[in-house]
Amino acid sequence: MKVQTQTAQKSSFLASIVRRQIFIPIAALLILAIFNFIVDPSFFKVTLGHNSEGDPILSGNIISIIDYGSELAILAIGMTLVTAASRGQDISVGAAIAISGSVVLRVLCGTNSRPDTLQAPIIVAFLISCLVAMAFGAFNGTLVSVFKIQPMVATLILFTAGRSIAAWINNNELPVVSDRTFTYFGGYIPGIPIPTPFFIAIACFILTWLALKFTNLGLYVQSVGINEKTSRLNGLNPALIKFVTYVILGLCVAIAGFIKVSRLSTINYSVVAKDIEMDAILAVALGGNSLSGGKFNISASILGAYVIQFLTTTLYKFQVQSDALPAYKAVVVIALVVLSAPIVREKLAALFKKLRSPAKAESKS
Amino acid sequence: MTIKKILAMAASTVLCGAMFAGCGASGSSSSNNEAKKPEASSKADTADNNSSSSGSLIKVGIINNDPNESGYRTANVNDLKATFTKENGFDASFAYSLKNEEQINYAQKFIQDEVDYLLLSAADTAGWDSVLKDAKDAGVRVILFDRTIDADESLYDASIVSDMAKEGEQAVEWLKSQDLKTYDIIHLQGVMGTAAQKGRSGALDATAKELGWNIVTQQTAEWNAEKAQQIVQSAIDANKKFNVIYAENDDMAKGAVAALDRANISHGVDKDVVVIGFDCNKWALEELKKGNWNYDGQCNPFQSSYIKDIIDKLEKGETLSQKTIIMDEKGFDAKTITDADVEQYGI
Repeated sequence: MKVQTQTAQKSSFLASIVRRQIFIPIAALLILAIFNFIVDPSFFKVTLGHNSEGDPILSGNIISIIDYGSELAILAIGMTLVTAASRGQDISVGAAIAISGSVVLRVLCGTNSRPDTLQAPIIVAFLISCLVAMAFGAFNGTLVSVFKIQPMVATLILFTAGRSIAAWINNNELPVVSDRTFTYFGGYIPGIPIPTPFFIAIACFILTWLALKFTNLGLYVQSVGINEKTSRLNGLNPALIKFVTYVILGLCVAIAGFIKVSRLSTINYSVVAKDIEMDAILAVALGGNSLSGGKFNISASILGAYVIQFLTTTLYKFQVQSDALPAYKAVVVIALVVLSAPIVREKLAALFKKLRSPAKAESKS
Repeated sequence: MTIKKILAMAASTVLCGAMFAGCGASGSSSSNNEAKKPEASSKADTADNNSSSSGSLIKVGIINNDPNESGYRTANVNDLKATFTKENGFDASFAYSLKNEEQINYAQKFIQDEVDYLLLSAADTAGWDSVLKDAKDAGVRVILFDRTIDADESLYDASIVSDMAKEGEQAVEWLKSQDLKTYDIIHLQGVMGTAAQKGRSGALDATAKELGWNIVTQQTAEWNAEKAQQIVQSAIDANKKFNVIYAENDDMAKGAVAALDRANISHGVDKDVVVIGFDCNKWALEELKKGNWNYDGQCNPFQSSYIKDIIDKLEKGETLSQKTIIMDEKGFDAKTITDADVEQYGI
């Protein structure tokens, strides 16, 4: 009820807000939040407890969302740039996560799949996995920018081969790291009750924001996505810029993969990050970004990623029947995507202008 | 313009060339196979001479799924390789594919090579009739392992299968024998509709209904550790009371345990929550040995001894008492598991 009156006060601004890109994920978040608030307010309860090692940790659904949604948010950053510049999506991110995660474990474990001590410092393992993931990103980027292959087709190669490569990296064994410091990155740093992946996601967001603010990357990416020819006439090198976006996505993949393996200190290459590419693309779409390139908004994509996780957690919380879970998800996704379609938003904006009555506006939003 | 034309011509020539190369490749691959065959038999000859064993080697063609598919498959392939050796009197050729058509091609090749036995773990249940008829006409004996196919029983000599329902029943039986005061169960299911999921879920569902066990949460985590962790986390956040985790594979059990650790809920032998997993991965059996988990059910990948028994019988001219042979499935209790078990049965 409180939220409703708030919306009512805002109704005069609604018309302008509705036109803004970030409105879509925020609206989706609000709808989900209100739904949960009405059905069961305890959804938002956060409690401070201790884990089995005795370190303080916060727990609750909200914490779960910011925790598990982080990898997706990091991927959404790279995916947004790739989408904007190359007018297509990289569908190999899940397989690439399997590869970079396997590399981390391979470096940490050496040839023994269950070592008692780490064979290399964690930071070295992370940096090597970054290099490998960026190399695979560069491979995709070259296919797309130099050979002008459709992004989805170009990345299909790695999508198909990636998990086999990951299996091959570790000789088809499933290494397990027993060192406790390795779990900090996907769990909690002792003494800090907020999950580390959330901090990593924030760091990634700040870095991207700074890069977009102080370099021309954003502008170049947009112009290449909007019109390749004119941007070349204006002195840009479209091939290079597309290539760079794929390498950046590679870096995002490495970070996400690192968090994923740190969560359980092991990897199962055949199921790790399964179908995450579709969620990453969905996050970009929910962020109101056009999937055919051009203008983009990274913050909206990141919010989109957390919306997806919010939805997942909500569905787990309400114990939707296992076999019906995908159907529920699909219904919500269809609603959100339709809502984010430019045509619908234009219509909505016009509607808000006509109907100043706040109550009606609320029912439509 | 002329440059464009030349380019187009060049491109089309290259494409045509590629087409011919493609044909050539398939031709050469078959000749490769032929080339391989005498090599293999010559090797067999030398082995024969060395071991000076009586009689010639039994030729078997083994068609399996890709060993990279899962830990189960890797263990399965290694087991077969260890059994069908020259020392044991076999001349074995292996072929791997996850695609049914490719497997059928391999089968045809093996029949042409005049193998004595064709061992088959089919990728798909359908489409095997004609090739198995060819095998029968050529006098090749067919033994199915791990997976059955939709074909008439007369087309194969034996079929060795895992019984997923039995795996589930054994685990549930064990759970029943624990005599817990209450049974509040979190049930983590595999990918819905798979044989393993159906068998393992079916047993629990039936018994829960019969004995009035309370299933607190029943969700699919799709064999995925992280999803399992989220589901259990969500149950903990909702303040649900539970004392059993029934995860349909080891990965999901691991994810569930991670969530328990996070919430400082004790698990394992004589602790608050009973943890049940399946598949007997080596690391899972180690957890069992440490007492962090309570039970792990096997999905037996070691079929080669069964197959060897059958071949021995057929070679002696005996008839098999039954066509379908269901393998023994073990289950390990954390209280009784030994280091030897971990070594022997861990995959």
